[in-house]
Amino acid sequence: MNTRRAPRGHNPLLECGLQTWRARLVLVLLLAGSLALVTRAAWLQGYTHESLQAKGEQRFARVVPIPASRGRITDRNGDILAVSTPVRAIWAAPREAQIAPADARRLAGLLGMDVDALNRLLASDRDRVYLHRQVAPEVARQIADMKLPGIGQDQAYRRFYPGGEVWAHVLGFTDIDDRGLEGMELAFDQVLRGEPGARRVIRDRRGAIIEDGGVLRAPRDGQDVALSIDKQLQFIAHTALRQAMTEHKAAAGAVAVLDVRTGEVLALVNAPTYNPNNRSGLSGAQLRNRAVTDLYEPGSTMKPFIGALALEMRRATPDTVIDTDTGRMTIGRHTIRDVRDHGPLTLAQVIQKSSNVGTARLALTMDPDDIWNMFTRLGLGVPLDLGFPGAAGGVLRPPGSWRPIEQATMSYGHGMSTTLMHMARAYLVFARDGDLLPLSLTRVDTPPEGRRVFSERTARVMREMLETVTAPGGTAVRARVTGYRVAGKTGTAHKVEGGRYTNKYVSSFVGFAPVSDPRIVVAVMIDEPSSGQHYGGAVAAPVFARVVEASLRALGVAPDAPLVPLHLAGRDAPKEKM
Amino acid sequence: MRLEAPLLAVVVASALGVVAAQHQSRKLHAEFEREQARAHQLEVEWGQLQLELSTVAALTRIEPIARERLGLAEPAPGRVIVVGGGR
Repeated sequence: MNTRRAPRGHNPLLECGLQTWRARLVLVLLLAGSLALVTRAAWLQGYTHESLQAKGEQRFARVVPIPASRGRITDRNGDILAVSTPVRAIWAAPREAQIAPADARRLAGLLGMDVDALNRLLASDRDRVYLHRQVAPEVARQIADMKLPGIGQDQAYRRFYPGGEVWAHVLGFTDIDDRGLEGMELAFDQVLRGEPGARRVIRDRRGAIIEDGGVLRAPRDGQDVALSIDKQLQFIAHTALRQAMTEHKAAAGAVAVLDVRTGEVLALVNAPTYNPNNRSGLSGAQLRNRAVTDLYEPGSTMKPFIGALALEMRRATPDTVIDTDTGRMTIGRHTIRDVRDHGPLTLAQVIQKSSNVGTARLALTMDPDDIWNMFTRLGLGVPLDLGFPGAAGGVLRPPGSWRPIEQATMSYGHGMSTTLMHMARAYLVFARDGDLLPLSLTRVDTPPEGRRVFSERTARVMREMLETVTAPGGTAVRARVTGYRVAGKTGTAHKVEGGRYTNKYVSSFVGFAPVSDPRIVVAVMIDEPSSGQHYGGAVAAPVFARVVEASLRALGVAPDAPLVPLHLAGRDAPKEKM
Repeated sequence: MRLEAPLLAVVVASALGVVAAQHQSRKLHAEFEREQARAHQLEVEWGQLQLELSTVAALTRIEPIARERLGLAEPAPGRVIVVGGGR
């Protein structure tokens, strides 16, 4: 600091003396000015702080969505069956979209739509219209590069099903917003679906995010679902069913394969099928998963259960002789018929030859309540706990209302209805020493506890009887497989239309293999075979054989029968009764 | 009085430091964003490749190729020996 001050000069202005009011005025004005500033500052800082902050944030802070993807569906070994890949949804704000005709033509070309249709959309008076919901990312980039005013893009997903028609009925499909509509996509929608999150960010003027303002909502990616189904077995079943559909000119069909040890569904196919990646022009008949949603009369495939009940209640042994008369039996005004007159048959032969009269006679010695209890314990009449949408339960009337003729027809699977899945599951009791497992369409790591229906002895004895069905003299020699012992039962049911039985048939076969240590249950249903043959032993049994042979090989199950070529003479179509 | 000058210098330096740190943080954040976008992009690509893989590996496609183009066939049942218990 300068300590030597300049000598005070002579200033005439000071001498004349300042008018004091002027000095005061300046002071007051200065004070008033600064007071105004302080008040304004306090006002902004205190009172309007929040709204101003919000306004400021509006300029640069943005809430951006964090996309979440839908979970994948895989088979039991992790092969992808359904996956969502990102696509772009192209939208337009018609009011801002001023597009030159040349650009409009190019845009329409990229979107694969008609120029007139595009112009109609652009002329709409809505705020925002979607031009195309699912555009491939490369095409979307080209559209973005055109920098058209009023045309924007959103992130979207499209679901792909690389397995195509082989998996269509199991997987189902999703809608345009990637929500499950059918099949497993719907059953596991809650698990598969992702919840998009949101976060607050600060953008610079070029639009780049420069500061993270924190996550408002964390995104949750959908979880993957691993099915119990084996890709290879599914393909085997699909091929076998398709072949039978052509061979027998059938209207529809279904095949289910179950794992005997865990109750997992290893294959589930239906025909007619469809391509889930291109769903235009679909009919309801193609969409239905018949094995789970459609009821049919199981026919003779019910007979072993009546036989097993008789064994269980010690009413009969395999050698008990039942007189099948002349192959006819009259109850009231109704007559039950066999295909031919078998004469007296043992219980084992009743099963092997599929005698209606024999089974009915046996059933009539039993209490309706006992039969009904067994049906209930087998899970018939109640929808399976698969979580599958539209799963049917079946029709099973309470025993109090049964007339004798009904009790008789039910014993061979008429006058009641169920699904193919129910039948496949019920056969688990024979394949598994008498207990029943819940089924699962997702992978099971620890097998669930079984519920006992029959004793171990009954199940073993019935297994032997069912093996004779595929032996010479049985109704299903064409179910035999080289290298493996197989057992099962044929079924041929007249179809009911409008309350009357028609001359259309449902041929079925339910069985398991290998008999020495059953690993799989295979159930086959062919609806309206119409190329001459309709017996289960001729139509469904060969499908069973094809599926069993290839599946056991794919699973690496050791053969339990000598590897000699099948006795082909026995492969001729056997006679079998409904 | 004597402290004022260095304190002023410290204040100015710290203010500059704050600015620099802020700038650095924004730059790093932008980079982080880019990397995250890239990670997302790679994930998407992975999904697409998986999709492509399962499309190409579909049994409906492989079977005709194996049978017709390569002339493969299943071995006759007698020619297969199963070792061990299987899966």
